[in-house]
Amino acid sequence: MLSFVAQRVVKGVIVLLAIVVLNFFLIRLAPGDPAVVMAGEAGASDQIFVQQLKEKFGLDKPLPEQLFIYVKGIATLDLGFSFRQQAPVSKLILERLPATLLLTLTAFTISLMLGVLFGTFAARFAGTFLDTAITVFALIFYAMPIFWVALMGILLFSVTTDWLPSFGYETVGANLTGLAHVIDVAQHLIMPAMTLGLFFMATYTRMTRASMLEVKRLDFVKTARAKGLSDAVIQRRHVLRNALLPVVTLAGVHSGTLIGGAVITETVFAWPGIGRLMYDALLQRDYNLLLGVFVICSAMVLIFNLITDLVYRLVDPRIEYAT
Amino acid sequence: MKQFWKSMLRSPSGVIGLIILVLAIAVAVFGPLLFPNSPWRMVQRPFLPPFTLSTVPLGTDALGRDVFAGMIFGARVSLLVGLVSTLVALIVGVPVGAMAGYFGGKVDDALMRFTEFFQTIPSFALAIVLVAILQPSIYSIVASIAVVSWPPVARLVRGEVLSLRTREYVQAAVVTGQSNTWIILREILPNALSPVIVLASLMVATAILLESSLAFLGLGDPNLISWGYMVGAGRTVIRQAWWITVFPGVAILISVLGLNLIGEGLNDALNPRLSREGR
Repeated sequence: MLSFVAQRVVKGVIVLLAIVVLNFFLIRLAPGDPAVVMAGEAGASDQIFVQQLKEKFGLDKPLPEQLFIYVKGIATLDLGFSFRQQAPVSKLILERLPATLLLTLTAFTISLMLGVLFGTFAARFAGTFLDTAITVFALIFYAMPIFWVALMGILLFSVTTDWLPSFGYETVGANLTGLAHVIDVAQHLIMPAMTLGLFFMATYTRMTRASMLEVKRLDFVKTARAKGLSDAVIQRRHVLRNALLPVVTLAGVHSGTLIGGAVITETVFAWPGIGRLMYDALLQRDYNLLLGVFVICSAMVLIFNLITDLVYRLVDPRIEYAT
Repeated sequence: MKQFWKSMLRSPSGVIGLIILVLAIAVAVFGPLLFPNSPWRMVQRPFLPPFTLSTVPLGTDALGRDVFAGMIFGARVSLLVGLVSTLVALIVGVPVGAMAGYFGGKVDDALMRFTEFFQTIPSFALAIVLVAILQPSIYSIVASIAVVSWPPVARLVRGEVLSLRTREYVQAAVVTGQSNTWIILREILPNALSPVIVLASLMVATAILLESSLAFLGLGDPNLISWGYMVGAGRTVIRQAWWITVFPGVAILISVLGLNLIGEGLNDALNPRLSREGR
């Protein structure tokens, strides 16, 4: 188990390094000389300042050396400087990271639980009205663009009924503490998390249903039935456990989509996470910040993939580890 | 071929999907000819609610532009971007997958590491970065969507080629001294086509969603109206004018739904053995 983890971590680090290199070249694809762009962002573009910037960021050195400096910077968590926000990129991202983690993890948990639940129901009652209803809803949720779901949520739950707040992380100026603060944040979290989770819930529903119907036909289920086990036990211990494997794989594959969805969700709901930060960087064409967020998003996906790999190994009854 | 249409028309999702797609294509091709109202021109007072004037059936937006005209012209952009970017992704993904599966060994290793790398990068974030850096235009949008959507094609084609290349008829072609290119193009790929077609129909749907999300964030082609742009523009006035955001979103939903249904129908028709219908 340990060597497996080590192997995956090494692989992840190599991929991350490749992403950083890609990032380096993307910055250079951005329109204009980076030093001139930076100078412009800082509000002054005279020759002397541009030259100073070039020296400071090593932009007068040959490309391979620049690459080396850049990679070394990222290894020490230095993602560059945002002139628009007048702060180091890594500091800006670290401030926003907790909100994004709260949003994505809540959305992921809700979607996985509900998706597996609905998928199990649909498979259990395959061919009935309940199955059709769940399948149709899953198809529709699967086809809705996230930004539109977000706006329809606001229209329904904020504009028409005034049940939920439509933007932000907490009530501005309320200065709540303790439990009241937790409840306040939770109220603000419900709509963004549901919005982001809806698409994934639909995906997991479809996957769980298909996978359960497939596992149900396998021989070991027949054996379990022949042993006289009750239907509930067979469903839970034999069918569901095996049917969950592709769902776990899918969760890993979709981690990148989850981050992408967070960018849109945070933008619509003004949720103060790195997705919103990316949108702000985009509006201001703040390329350092934009690419910094991109690197961190990639790192998050890698970590998430590592976790799902581990979970897969834990859930899969066929893989056993010698201790 | 006849067999194919027969089974496609037997699957209800395939039929519904086909009807939606044909309608969407008809709107995209003929709509702008029948409704020459430019989607950018002011035709009525701003914030005209829908269903009040028959000339402007879906009302106007914050600048008095015809929402219905925008939806019709937007269909062109959505479908075009969806189809072309999928085509480009296939042009990249099929050769990569075919070469990896056919040659195996080091070629396979190198190409698959490359593919996995692109699959690990969060796709929407990469698309945003690419369009922002290349500047928003129909070309940069198509290119970015293609860049983030080719890896699944490569992996699928590789898997198919891997299983086909050990078949006897392929071995026979090798023995008769056919060139590798000829074998891949004439013997293997035609037989690997059906799962690729299924995947492609789903990719068009994903591409439409991606394009609309980019346009929503302000990364659409500034010269072309699109559904995502309309929703994005209506977002700030959603409290006064719900229709500006609701209708274009419904258009996206219906087209994506139609394409997903077609994907399911194709899957049932082309791979009857893999059909996942519950019994």
